[in-house]
Amino acid sequence: MAQRSKQNQSRASYRPGLYGTRPRTRLRLVLAIALALLSLGPLLYMLMLSFQSNGDIQGEVVLIPSHPTTSNYVQAWSENSFGHYFANSLFIAFATVVITVALASLAAFGFARYKFPGRELIFYTFLASLAIPNVLLLIPQYLLMDRLHLLDSLLGLVLLYTSSNLPFMVFLLRGFFAAIPREYEEAFRLDGASTLRVVLRLIAPLSLPAIALVSMFTFSAAWDEFPLALTMLDTPSKFTLPIGLSDFIGEHTTAWGQFFAGSVIATLPVVIVFLVTQRWSRSGVSLGGLR
Amino acid sequence: MTTTTTLERRPAAVSLGAASRRSGHWQRVTRRATPYLLILPALVVYAVFTAYPVFRQFEISFFNWHIFPGASNPFVGLSNYTKAFEDPNVRTAAFNSFLWIVVTVPLEMAIGLFAAAVLADRLPGSALWRAAVYIPVVTSWVVVSWVFSYIFASQGGIANGVLGFFAGHTESIDWTARTWTGNGVMWLLTIWKGIGWAFIIFLAALDGVPRDLAEAARIDGASEPRVWSNVVIPSIRAAIAFVTVMLVIGAAQTFAQVYLVTSGGPYNSTQTLMSYMRQQAFIDFAFGYAAAIGSVLALVLIGFSWVEIHVLRQQDL
Repeated sequence: MAQRSKQNQSRASYRPGLYGTRPRTRLRLVLAIALALLSLGPLLYMLMLSFQSNGDIQGEVVLIPSHPTTSNYVQAWSENSFGHYFANSLFIAFATVVITVALASLAAFGFARYKFPGRELIFYTFLASLAIPNVLLLIPQYLLMDRLHLLDSLLGLVLLYTSSNLPFMVFLLRGFFAAIPREYEEAFRLDGASTLRVVLRLIAPLSLPAIALVSMFTFSAAWDEFPLALTMLDTPSKFTLPIGLSDFIGEHTTAWGQFFAGSVIATLPVVIVFLVTQRWSRSGVSLGGLR
Repeated sequence: MTTTTTLERRPAAVSLGAASRRSGHWQRVTRRATPYLLILPALVVYAVFTAYPVFRQFEISFFNWHIFPGASNPFVGLSNYTKAFEDPNVRTAAFNSFLWIVVTVPLEMAIGLFAAAVLADRLPGSALWRAAVYIPVVTSWVVVSWVFSYIFASQGGIANGVLGFFAGHTESIDWTARTWTGNGVMWLLTIWKGIGWAFIIFLAALDGVPRDLAEAARIDGASEPRVWSNVVIPSIRAAIAFVTVMLVIGAAQTFAQVYLVTSGGPYNSTQTLMSYMRQQAFIDFAFGYAAAIGSVLALVLIGFSWVEIHVLRQQDL
């Protein structure tokens, strides 16, 4: 314990804080708590309401549930094929993460380690998509999926999500891969490893923090995506959670309690993924090439 | 790991030289092809599902496009564009999209930077506070749009409850059914969900601010606001520019909130360009017209990014 605090001290003297000798810890702590409450407030309210029975939600202002009940969760899960939506979202998010990470890692390695004719051109073609507004894509992607018979298909959404996430992930990973010393790789190659093996066995393990970050971004993007899923999906059994959740909000009657319970269930996985990867990726990732 | 560190000491040039002497013609070919093979899978997906649709959108915008099989799609030149410029709904939507940028982007950036400043240095429980500020970013638009709709509901909404309690306001306001209160609710929602994204970029940028320089300025007697305006802000200029570009592009394409909270109503008065475009395409099936609206917005945004990048290059960032 004593050793540890000593270590902290020496680190602090090596690198003074942003606020120098007056860190204003107490003031910043109060502000931090206020910001956290502001950010989480609406979500905590949602959590609270999810335990309030439906009849008590209609018409009255509810702050704290008067008769807490878990019935909303039971009903939300059993009705409206909610489990189905959950499974669809999980499949789409996982498939998108796996394919995006695989394709982006290979491409990023190519860009980071090789000099070849057309490298700049291809890289900037990728990068240009960061400036391509989504507004350009919805209609032609719908027509394209129609032509490919991938409308109303989970695989179709996976392909669209992969394509839209790829460029930024290539950009992030390229910056990270370029910072890995070349000598590691050459040593690996002396042992006769193929390029694919170098990526899988050397670059990927060394880049886990960056890959965790990329996975988190991609997972939450695919998990939450709304406009494309709304436009492409037609059959209720193929709905993802964001589309399926709208089922609870009817034209005339709204099952608010069930909607909030469903929303809590839909929000938990992405928050868990975020918290897990946040722990992982803290060591050394300062958003790749962004700085 | 131990083997890599011992091997690493060998001079790299020698090992490469030995390898190339051994390699024949075939190996040189595969070596040349390697980077292309690595990039190919990503490039194919990107070309088919992102790059090709971009060109297709511009093409569609010159036709009176129908989705129905067997329908003829006559070429109509620029008439979709002239129609868009005369459509009063497009004018309203463009104005709303512009307001969206002007209202939400500065507030998201200011609060995001403030949060980053609060949490930049070590603080008890800082991982928790950082996670809390970022979590709204990973929530789904569907969930938070309805939560905000519920907070501002005419019956049982907490907003009306608070007004009634503090201001004695007994008349219940139907926030999301009116133009300006509806816009206000959606702006509030957008800002709330956008702060965390600006925050995380600014947090990373503040990490790179030279502490010694800030400390030196303080020792020279600079006040805290001066330290920020003369040392901190200049050294995170690149991040500020990046966040501005990305948030503006995002705000100009607002769709989900509008679709979910007000559905663009009453009478299309809260439509944004993107929500109006989607309505034209997938409710009214005017694909060519919708594509023209989207293309105009996209050209404006691409022009904006180009100018921004150009300015950044000149400033040598």
